[in-house]
Amino acid sequence: MKNKFNKQTKDNLITYGMVIAAFIIMQILLSMGKVSSLMEGLLVPLCTYVILAVSLNLTVGILGELSLGHAGFMCVGAFSSALFSKCTEATITNSGIRFFFAILVGAAVAAVFGILIGIPVLRLKGDYLAIVTLAFGEIIKNFINVVYLGRDSKGFHFSMKDTMSLNMEADGEVLIKGAQGITGTPNDSNFIVGIVLVLVTIFIITNLVNSRTGRAVMAIRDNRIAAESLGINITKYKLLAFSISASLAGVAGVLYAHNLSTLTALPKNFGYNMSIMILVFVVLGGIGNIRGSIIAAVILTLLPELLRGLNDYRMLIYAIVLIAMMLFNWSPKAIEVKEKISTKFRTSCKGKKEV
Amino acid sequence: MKKKLLSAVLVLTMSATLFAGCGSTDTETTETTDATETTDATESTDGASAEGTLKIGGIGPTTGDAAVYGQAVENAAQLAVDEINAAGGVNGMMLELNFQDDEADAEKAVNAYNTLKDWDMQVLMGTVTSTACIAVAEKTAEDNVFQLTPSGSAIECITHDNAFRVCFSDPNQGKASAQYIGENSLATKVAVIYDSSSVYSTGIYETFVAEAANQGIEVVAAEAFTADSNKDFTVQLQKAKDSGAELLFLPIYYNEAALILAQAKTISFAPTFFGCDGLDGILAVENFDTSLAEGVMLLTPFAADAQDEATQNFVTAYNEKFGGTPNQFAADAYDAIYIIKAAAEKAGITADMSASDICDALKTAMTEITVDGLTGSGMTWTADGEPNKAPKAVKIVNGVYTAM
Repeated sequence: MKNKFNKQTKDNLITYGMVIAAFIIMQILLSMGKVSSLMEGLLVPLCTYVILAVSLNLTVGILGELSLGHAGFMCVGAFSSALFSKCTEATITNSGIRFFFAILVGAAVAAVFGILIGIPVLRLKGDYLAIVTLAFGEIIKNFINVVYLGRDSKGFHFSMKDTMSLNMEADGEVLIKGAQGITGTPNDSNFIVGIVLVLVTIFIITNLVNSRTGRAVMAIRDNRIAAESLGINITKYKLLAFSISASLAGVAGVLYAHNLSTLTALPKNFGYNMSIMILVFVVLGGIGNIRGSIIAAVILTLLPELLRGLNDYRMLIYAIVLIAMMLFNWSPKAIEVKEKISTKFRTSCKGKKEV
Repeated sequence: MKKKLLSAVLVLTMSATLFAGCGSTDTETTETTDATETTDATESTDGASAEGTLKIGGIGPTTGDAAVYGQAVENAAQLAVDEINAAGGVNGMMLELNFQDDEADAEKAVNAYNTLKDWDMQVLMGTVTSTACIAVAEKTAEDNVFQLTPSGSAIECITHDNAFRVCFSDPNQGKASAQYIGENSLATKVAVIYDSSSVYSTGIYETFVAEAANQGIEVVAAEAFTADSNKDFTVQLQKAKDSGAELLFLPIYYNEAALILAQAKTISFAPTFFGCDGLDGILAVENFDTSLAEGVMLLTPFAADAQDEATQNFVTAYNEKFGGTPNQFAADAYDAIYIIKAAAEKAGITADMSASDICDALKTAMTEITVDGLTGSGMTWTADGEPNKAPKAVKIVNGVYTAM
């Protein structure tokens, strides 16, 4: 028992160490001015995708439910926090404090949506759950695309038609402009905040997994009937894991929204394409494997950018590399070969030691 | 063990790519310093006017849903660059174009911009779509890089003083359309069908409605559709028909307009159809019965069938090189490169100037030049970045665009 605990702690420490090492290396390179602008610009998105991948791993890997609506929660977090930042830009001038509250707002709103959606959705299982979450993700995106919100001296105005029907005073300012989304969000995200959020996410999830709650959640995943017979409250634990996962996706959305000055809910960034992209990170990195998700998210985000030299063939090569990586990681034959090599490697090491 | 090995390998590759990235930048920087040194050397020896290459970056969607526009811009810009280089360049300085894909996504556009920055871009011609343009404009303002967007039509695209555009802004088009309809008394009852999920379409729609009131036009029906439901328009058309509209305003792109025209015929609804520059290209839609478009009016700065020499030459050259008829985006991009040329000549840009110095020089030059291009003659710019040119209205008669 003690041995197992140590192994887990060691495993977590490697994950933290990896993130911190990457951070230190990047900081040193940045201070030496040896990082290309492309790489520098990618640092915050990398943190965003790592948080998304790790948080989805909680639903898919630990809870064992396939969710295809993760981008929807990211969208909610992004829009709620961007709205908060725009509204309070004049009152809270310290960008650090404002961003801290924006993160809390994004996480809280996404968590509320997670609970609301989780209540009906988590009654389903397997494929059905996947399809319903997919639908919810699309509903969120489409809903945001028709929302018009303005503010003037009389308070907030809301419409679902167009900006004219907001009936605002002359001093009014349109905050959310339907399909045009939110423009002019302050640029508060930076690499340091991103890394801190990544570490917090990993901390929350690894601790959750190794706690009493996490064991209950995993028991539900492995055998629902057995778990129920032991007196585990299935709905409660499922909802808990689902909403934590949603709120962390919301945090990623906050980071995303405050990195770009324009925020629109397009199929490209908050549609099911994105949900599937996040799922690809999780599956490639290994379902239930936190460190794997981090590495997969980093590689798959960097890859299309590093392939820019190939021009029009870029997305084709990206797809081929993705297929090759999946095969290398997960095809039974490849696993067999890798195992053979590693046993050989191990026996030869042992042999040397004995000699 | 296996997992550890794998993760170790992956971490190694990761750090390798990071370093590889840095390495390439290093070499690039040294190369440029070499290049500038040689330019300096030549200049000091023979005192000749500026030589070398001016690096123009381009950003637009060359893959994905909006690829048609990005590719048109890329091709036309390349065509203009080749022409200028063949004719001796700008003040003896060659132009070089590097066009990066942004998939019409704000985040990818910023990545593309950073890639171009690593390439030591001096002037930016982009981006093609509005959302991406707003995100990039924020970055160019920060870095003080001159930006000229061929087709980013949202107001926010050029809020900063370093950004200019070639096309009309969305509000401008809506206003111009309403004024045109009002002044020529084409109709008093107007119905609008617009795409509520498109920035372009909603932008035009809103200003159209605002200006319509001043022109004595009554908007009797305003029906929206979204990108997810852009195949069946019978409900919207039926409502427009029931409202008794004399004119149907379509501030949308041509592929949806083609469907609307076909479906309007099936319910025998035949008002006057009026559109904006998005409708340009409707005659080239595959399997589209061009007789349906008979009598359609549109405000567009460019028509590929126009008879003037410049347009004819451009269309022939484009067709020879890339195949197909260029659309309005291509014309905007072609003009954009010539505008950069005109401004660079006015400001006396040299290839060894930094992007920031070039930006300051071009900012003033832009307000002083007058350019005759494909999308308008005698184009001038104000310091806020908006172009001054007259919109042209064309009508489709016997399957060709005819000026009105």
